[in-house]
Amino acid sequence: MRIELVKRKEHSGVMALLSPVIAVGSTLIAAALIFTLTGKDPALGLYKFFIEPLTDTWSLQEIVVKATPLVLIACGLAVCYLSNNWNIGAEGQFVFGAICGSFLPILIPDFANGATLPLMLVFGALGGAAWGLIPALLKTRFNTNEILTSLMLVYVAGLLLDYLVRGPWRDPGGYNFPESLIFSDAATLPVIGDGRMSISAPIAVLVVIVLAVVLAKTLKGFEIRVMGESPRAGSFAGFSSKRLTIFAFALAGALAGLAGTMEVSGSLNQLLPTISPGYGFTAIIVAFLGRLNPIGILIAGFVLALSYIGGEAVQASMGVSDKITSVIQGLLLFFVLACDTFILYRLRFVKSRKSAGVPEASHV
Amino acid sequence: MFEAVLLTVITAATPLLIAAVGELVVERSGVLNLGVEGMMIMGAVVGFAVANQTGSGSLGVVAAIVAGMAMSALFGFLVLILVTNQVASGLALTILGLGLSGMIGEAFIGVPGLRLPELYIPVLSEIPFVGPVFFQQDALVYVSFLLVGAVSYMLFKTRAGLILRAVGDNHVSAHALGYSVVRVRFMATLFGGACAGLAGAYMSLAYTPQWVENMTAGRGWIALALVVFASWLPFRVVAGAYLFGAVTVLTFHAQAQGLGIPSQFLSSLPYLATIAVLVLISANRRLTLVNTPACLGKPFVPDR
Repeated sequence: MRIELVKRKEHSGVMALLSPVIAVGSTLIAAALIFTLTGKDPALGLYKFFIEPLTDTWSLQEIVVKATPLVLIACGLAVCYLSNNWNIGAEGQFVFGAICGSFLPILIPDFANGATLPLMLVFGALGGAAWGLIPALLKTRFNTNEILTSLMLVYVAGLLLDYLVRGPWRDPGGYNFPESLIFSDAATLPVIGDGRMSISAPIAVLVVIVLAVVLAKTLKGFEIRVMGESPRAGSFAGFSSKRLTIFAFALAGALAGLAGTMEVSGSLNQLLPTISPGYGFTAIIVAFLGRLNPIGILIAGFVLALSYIGGEAVQASMGVSDKITSVIQGLLLFFVLACDTFILYRLRFVKSRKSAGVPEASHV
Repeated sequence: MFEAVLLTVITAATPLLIAAVGELVVERSGVLNLGVEGMMIMGAVVGFAVANQTGSGSLGVVAAIVAGMAMSALFGFLVLILVTNQVASGLALTILGLGLSGMIGEAFIGVPGLRLPELYIPVLSEIPFVGPVFFQQDALVYVSFLLVGAVSYMLFKTRAGLILRAVGDNHVSAHALGYSVVRVRFMATLFGGACAGLAGAYMSLAYTPQWVENMTAGRGWIALALVVFASWLPFRVVAGAYLFGAVTVLTFHAQAQGLGIPSQFLSSLPYLATIAVLVLISANRRLTLVNTPACLGKPFVPDR
């Protein structure tokens, strides 16, 4: 028996809505299987991973804290992917943005007034954009593959942060621990609630709304979609694919850099050798699970934030490696991509030609 | 001293060479598998685990190859049967591989490993200088060179290679001629997975015989860049892999010498070198356009 894909006459609206749901459902089944294989109770594992974090206010707040950078980064990535620019280095843009956003409170801690925070956020966004522009300019100028260059810059940014925190930016009063000064109050984002939640969360929601309007209602949004689907048609309309590449990377970098600065200023309050549990990579999954749509991304951000909290929960309570988070994230992306196929195609099972006897001659 | 440096260059270059030659075949068939890093790290952990449990390095190597192939089969099913986006699927494979290897490897952190024995080629290994460098290596170093020769021969001197390149350059015509595009691509993908798994085994059984989380440290991605650097020609991959091996080893030695350069800057050199090399190669349109498989990364759905 063989499996064949048959193109649908028009793309299935039902599947477009159902596909993320089916993908999440399939991931749950796969997760249950993993728990069983590692000798744990699958029902308890699923409960601890996916349900329990939703039942108390502390972990709900932590989910918002983790969803915020994911949503911000994924919004920028969606613009990149819609316009066929494969930026997979958001992790580096996040880190470099955080570095640029932090130099003010670390190097000039006495500069503490109302202008500190806005300046930090601006520097963070500019830094992230600058880091994102490197692969974009290499692509437009030298035709260099942006996938590989943006990824290589992730390692470079990580090593730069490591150097700064262990070297020149280390807290002189910090007993030689590799960490920076703790930011002053003027450099800390205002907190919401009693946990680590800060005003970064409403800022992320604002970005989602603005991007949703821009993509759906403006000429820029039209340009992004046209250039992604048919660059040739776009060029007749006077759109430049090079300018759009630069725009998409700069926007994605700026949002990632903003997310990095807000993570440092709002949640960590200092620079550490590692400031991200892979937000930049997880955001790629968020972008796809959200179907490259800002509102979808907002929902998907919560799903993937849950995977971080759930991973910590099963590690603490059941002794499962927290690496299960990354396994579940990888599987989820596979299922999302596979389910998306069924928006355009349906499956047909055909008996193999030998047993069917007659080859399909009617098509010739 | 020079002899020792040359020896370490060979061990640093071999995993890059093996993984890149595998990916070269995959890309020649028109498939872009960005999951090399994920397949490689799975090869590393499975190879280490099996060698550790059975006490046999060869069994470890075989298991690593199987693990790499299993990962690539998953990728092949999605990308070739369900025609999913190749870039995103490759990323998913890497994320999955990094996670799975971390889970499997947790029990093996800090466990002393097994080093693949060196193979002494009779007579030749007795030659001063040349002998120890070229004829006293572990078997996989020789395998890597045999692999390059075999792949080059297969691609350019055999019918199978002609079909593979045809599928990568124009899948519509290849399909019209009656070749099964999906089958050819699936085989190529499996071969790439086997090579990535083998490269991973080299990391954990020969390069540094131990299991460390994320021990491939981006080598899978550098292997991908090497394929572009080599403009899809097998023998150029050797030059690229040894160039990168040399850069890696030089950074180690510079760190050991303590030249006052922060170690992080030295560690970032291979990544910066990758970018520099990619820019140099891509800026030369003539060089890249000649050999780039025309259908690289493009989905194919046979109309029956």
